[in-house]
Amino acid sequence: MFQSGPIFTRTLDHAGLWSGVISRGKTLRLTDLQGGANVGVLLYNADLTVERYNMPDTLKGQHTYQLTHPHCLHSDMGRLLASITADTAGWHDTACGCSDAAQVAAKYGKKSYQSGHNEFHRNGRECFLIELAKWGLGKRDLVPNLNLFSKVTADEAGVLTFVPGNSPAGAYVDLRLEMNTLVVLNTCQHPLDPDPVYHPRPVKLEVFPAQPVALTDTCINSRPENLRAAENTAAYHALRD
Amino acid sequence: MATFILTESPLVAADAVYRQVVNAGDHWSHLIKAGQTLRILDLEGNQAADTLFYDAHDTNNRYSASDTIRHQGALYLTTGTKLISTEGDVLLTIVADTCGRHDTLGGACSRESNTMRYAHEKESMHACRDSFIRGAQECGCGHDFGKRDITCNINFFMNVPVTPEGGLTFADGVSAPGRYVELRAERDVLALISNCPQLNNPCNGWNPTPVEVLIWD
Repeated sequence: MFQSGPIFTRTLDHAGLWSGVISRGKTLRLTDLQGGANVGVLLYNADLTVERYNMPDTLKGQHTYQLTHPHCLHSDMGRLLASITADTAGWHDTACGCSDAAQVAAKYGKKSYQSGHNEFHRNGRECFLIELAKWGLGKRDLVPNLNLFSKVTADEAGVLTFVPGNSPAGAYVDLRLEMNTLVVLNTCQHPLDPDPVYHPRPVKLEVFPAQPVALTDTCINSRPENLRAAENTAAYHALRD
Repeated sequence: MATFILTESPLVAADAVYRQVVNAGDHWSHLIKAGQTLRILDLEGNQAADTLFYDAHDTNNRYSASDTIRHQGALYLTTGTKLISTEGDVLLTIVADTCGRHDTLGGACSRESNTMRYAHEKESMHACRDSFIRGAQECGCGHDFGKRDITCNINFFMNVPVTPEGGLTFADGVSAPGRYVELRAERDVLALISNCPQLNNPCNGWNPTPVEVLIWD
């Protein structure tokens, strides 16, 4: 798919955290190296961070509760932040949010830096807040996040079930950024993962150079809502470029 | 079809310390003190009352859809549901509900998302997130209280079923004239309602109608 190798590679071990601005057209590939990983992700328009990923618009716009290829990730301004251009896991959660300190302590016990060094127990919420602060953002900017690689189903009554084994070793998901995007992520375990052992799985990040987007692009043409959002995004770029 | 649990309230309207009709398309904000009970009454049926809640003493601590969903291990709101904040606090508890199901996935319509969901020419139509912004600007929380504070809201009286296969649908309304939901404030909370003016889908029968809010001590 890509004409050249990645321009950026990083592996996050334990409960890793990362943030960076990726310009439009480039693709972020996240690979679950051992299987069973979870990547909490928040996305913001890097040029104006008050525009951010919006879970309801993403779900409503595509009549779906779960995310996979060829879904798109919508902002709260009727535009696209990213498209899921490839996915070998098949189901990604965006309703259940992230873990917090109290939940991690109750579930796994406390492990401080003093006792665990860099394997101490982190939680998704604090990881988000740490990275958000580096871009001038904070608690007001916390919104429901993506949980890549994690599957949570709902029955008729709406009761949730975490489905283990959704993501095998080597599973990957590609996010093509549709605008200059601040990506904030961490690899803390999914908050509903029933595994009683604290062991966030390693995840590889790779960023590939921008490729031309065909008019026949499967993500943008997968639903009329995505096409209209892409047209809104193009209009935004036309006014700025 | 899931069986809905309906719970009636012992409170009578004549004892309420506050009553206000919120017309379709209007916004409303009010302080609900700890221990007070807020009722939202669907006057004509199948109206979507888009609602946000904030800790009145720290508006950074606000209703969180994902924390609420995760805390109760289920998607829909009804009697017994605790509304959880971004700090993990219980803001309010649903103590009565004659509708049986309320949505917290679908969020609020906006002029921008209407262009995405329906058609570019729908941009001119009045939408909830603009009402929320006006409500935020007028609620007395400071001049900076605005778009960053408009997060994923509750849609009282709206039914957005999820299938086991991961589909999401907009079903017929399950509310009716006179149905209500009641919430007890567990701390001082600021409530912000946008009474939805959406004319493009059947969530309110293509006919947005008023709701009434009542508060008891």
